[in-house]
Amino acid sequence: MFYREAGQFKTTYAADQALFPIRQDRHAMIALLAIAFIGVPLFASEYWLTALLIPFLVFALATLGLNILTGYAGQLSLGTAAFMAVGAVAAYNFQLRIPGMPVLLSFVLGGATAALVGIAFGLPSLRIRGFYLAVATLAAQFFIPWLVTKVGWFSNYSASGVISAQPIVILGHAVDTPQKKYLLVLAIVALLALLAKNLVRSRIGRAWMAVRDMDVAAEVIGIRILRTKLTAFAVSSFYCGIAGALYAFAYLGNVEPDGFNLDLSFRILFMVIVGGVGSVLGSFLGAAFITLVPILLEVLLTQGALAFNLNLESGVTSMAQLLVFGALIIFFLIVEPHGLARLWQITKEKLRLWPFPY
Amino acid sequence: MGTFRILLVAIAAAIGGLAALPAAFAQQAGTQFVGVLSYRVGPYGANGAAFFSGFLDYLALVNERDGGINGVKLSWEECETEYNNAKGVECYERLKTRSDSGPTAIHPMSTGITYGLIDKVPGDKIPMMTLGYGRTDATDGRVFPWVFPILSNYWDGATGIVKFIGDKEGGSDKLKGKKIVLLYHDSAYGKEPHPVLEAEAAKLGFELKMIPVPHPGNEQQSQWLQIRQYKPDWVILWGWGVMSATALSTAQKVGFPRDHMVGIWWAGSEIDTQAAGPAAEGYYAASLNLAGKDFPVIKDVEKFVYGKGKGGDAKLVGTVLWNRGFAAGMFTVESVRTAQAKFGKKPMTGEQVRWGIENLNVDQKRLDALGFGTMVPPLKLTCSDHGGSGLVRFQQWENGKWKPASEWMSGDRAMIRKMVEDSAAKYATEKGITAGCLKG
Repeated sequence: MFYREAGQFKTTYAADQALFPIRQDRHAMIALLAIAFIGVPLFASEYWLTALLIPFLVFALATLGLNILTGYAGQLSLGTAAFMAVGAVAAYNFQLRIPGMPVLLSFVLGGATAALVGIAFGLPSLRIRGFYLAVATLAAQFFIPWLVTKVGWFSNYSASGVISAQPIVILGHAVDTPQKKYLLVLAIVALLALLAKNLVRSRIGRAWMAVRDMDVAAEVIGIRILRTKLTAFAVSSFYCGIAGALYAFAYLGNVEPDGFNLDLSFRILFMVIVGGVGSVLGSFLGAAFITLVPILLEVLLTQGALAFNLNLESGVTSMAQLLVFGALIIFFLIVEPHGLARLWQITKEKLRLWPFPY
Repeated sequence: MGTFRILLVAIAAAIGGLAALPAAFAQQAGTQFVGVLSYRVGPYGANGAAFFSGFLDYLALVNERDGGINGVKLSWEECETEYNNAKGVECYERLKTRSDSGPTAIHPMSTGITYGLIDKVPGDKIPMMTLGYGRTDATDGRVFPWVFPILSNYWDGATGIVKFIGDKEGGSDKLKGKKIVLLYHDSAYGKEPHPVLEAEAAKLGFELKMIPVPHPGNEQQSQWLQIRQYKPDWVILWGWGVMSATALSTAQKVGFPRDHMVGIWWAGSEIDTQAAGPAAEGYYAASLNLAGKDFPVIKDVEKFVYGKGKGGDAKLVGTVLWNRGFAAGMFTVESVRTAQAKFGKKPMTGEQVRWGIENLNVDQKRLDALGFGTMVPPLKLTCSDHGGSGLVRFQQWENGKWKPASEWMSGDRAMIRKMVEDSAAKYATEKGITAGCLKG
């Protein structure tokens, strides 16, 4: 009834190629952004900002990075956390070593460094694919945190190898409150998501998908395989690098290289799978599902136990939360193997017919 | 269509639940609320369960036996961190808003989480107590006014172990030319003793080899082959969780004598040695506190807390980590009591508790009055010294029990103090902090 595109005529190519061709989608997106940029900082509590929304956005960015590589270009990677670590360490060192370095530029340079490292570890992708490539990227996952802890220079010889991110100052303005940090992260993530959305519709993105679907055929029609795969690694690692820098600077403040471990890489891979492989929206949905649902479950279980006057140890509710969460993931993957993004697509199709389905 | 409907309902329920999330439980008014970042699941869950049971049992004891601190009852809420840094930060943010007076003092029981929170606590005005772990240079309270690495820090532990090994060899001068291996957990925790051990090696002339064990450390074959080739005189075990027990049993397999292995206090609990079985016989470990139940205060716990069915797991009472958590509870309560003497008998805010910790003075007389006796050494803190005694005591595992193997002793405190100040000063310049004491 409300979600119907009848009567929306497109008279130019530009209108036909718009990011959101349907008017309702466009309005919904504008409303969502307005809420995220204006409503949330005004009304959300500090807990919501620092403990839920900032990590959600940071992980969404990392998931987007991995989705570009795995979902769009079809290259399986287990090195996401390592590329995040490169971004965090590089941004920290650019800030530390070069006086007067603008913090945003050091984020970009951190991302660029991660992109270079990503290209280096992406080189084997020309010869090996699938699970074997995952093993090659696993090498990055073990090598990079080891290197950062081994060489004291990277962490400025801190006793424990921990990097303590510098305060964020942009044009003399200190980004120190949760609201400001949230806005900074949101702005960066929104910008990069817009970029990704356009990138995957461009020549480069189409080349990625061609390689993903059948690389021999892609080569035959004139796509250069090496360059396509390496750009995917570079762009993906760039996104992960920026996410890592934000993780260190805007979220935790102090990070140990050990925190960027295989567990984190797997978590981000799960976000891609649960959210939807090869979908920008799916990256956000997946990150939201994996970061927010466990916390929600834990709160519900603890409060439920209190309401029924059950004296449970905190360990019991945690275990229960893990069980329920695991069951939920399996449930979602069974009913919709293509992830939450596909679910949203089905919803939209059904909405078109609502309330009179045939 | 059917599953689709179910899905829609599930999603709607999830969104509704999320919206209800900030509706926090109002804590009972007029109580001193304690936020507890605990962990009872995950690879280190057994260690966390013992520590936090002790901690909560002490809080329960104060409520049940004394009716609170000067009449102010204690209330608390646990949040499971799973020893995971990101979850720890989430828990901290969740618990800090639970009560008007804040979460009293945070005990993260994880070096990683400590690092994650170290920049947040000054802004939130919440003191953080790290009992025998955390960031060593935070001992300099002029740079880290909100962080209290009380009792002993890792550098005290490391130099204490070197001194203990020296004593066993017949004097520190006998260490010249000896070979010592540091087998460490490859994390911030395991790297913390490196600078001070390197300094000790240079000073005393022993050879030091540092071998990392990746998390969680349940496979150490290659590390112990390296050790066998190197033939060290002593192995310092800087382990945590399953890594410590694995080290002991692997040492037995390669034939390295366990009475030439000395663990740091986190590798010296019953959980580690019992899991290793007979392989642990003769193993030494540093300790911050004595194990056992022969203290009057533990009789009180058994009567007032466990007698009323309000305790945790009775099997844990008297173990090393339970006693440590119990002592952590005592130091927290005594800090609140110290603050109350200045600010009045009401729930204390974070700032007031911070003052209480900084002016804490639990001497032997007070320890005896509290029924702790010699379980922990006395503790007196000042603005420039947030650490305290720096004393460690060594224990040896014999016939299924920890037996004291030394008196309370300390390592090279002058050297540590200098390194602490240098390192803290470096941190201060990096972060643009002006060092100084906070007023009341």
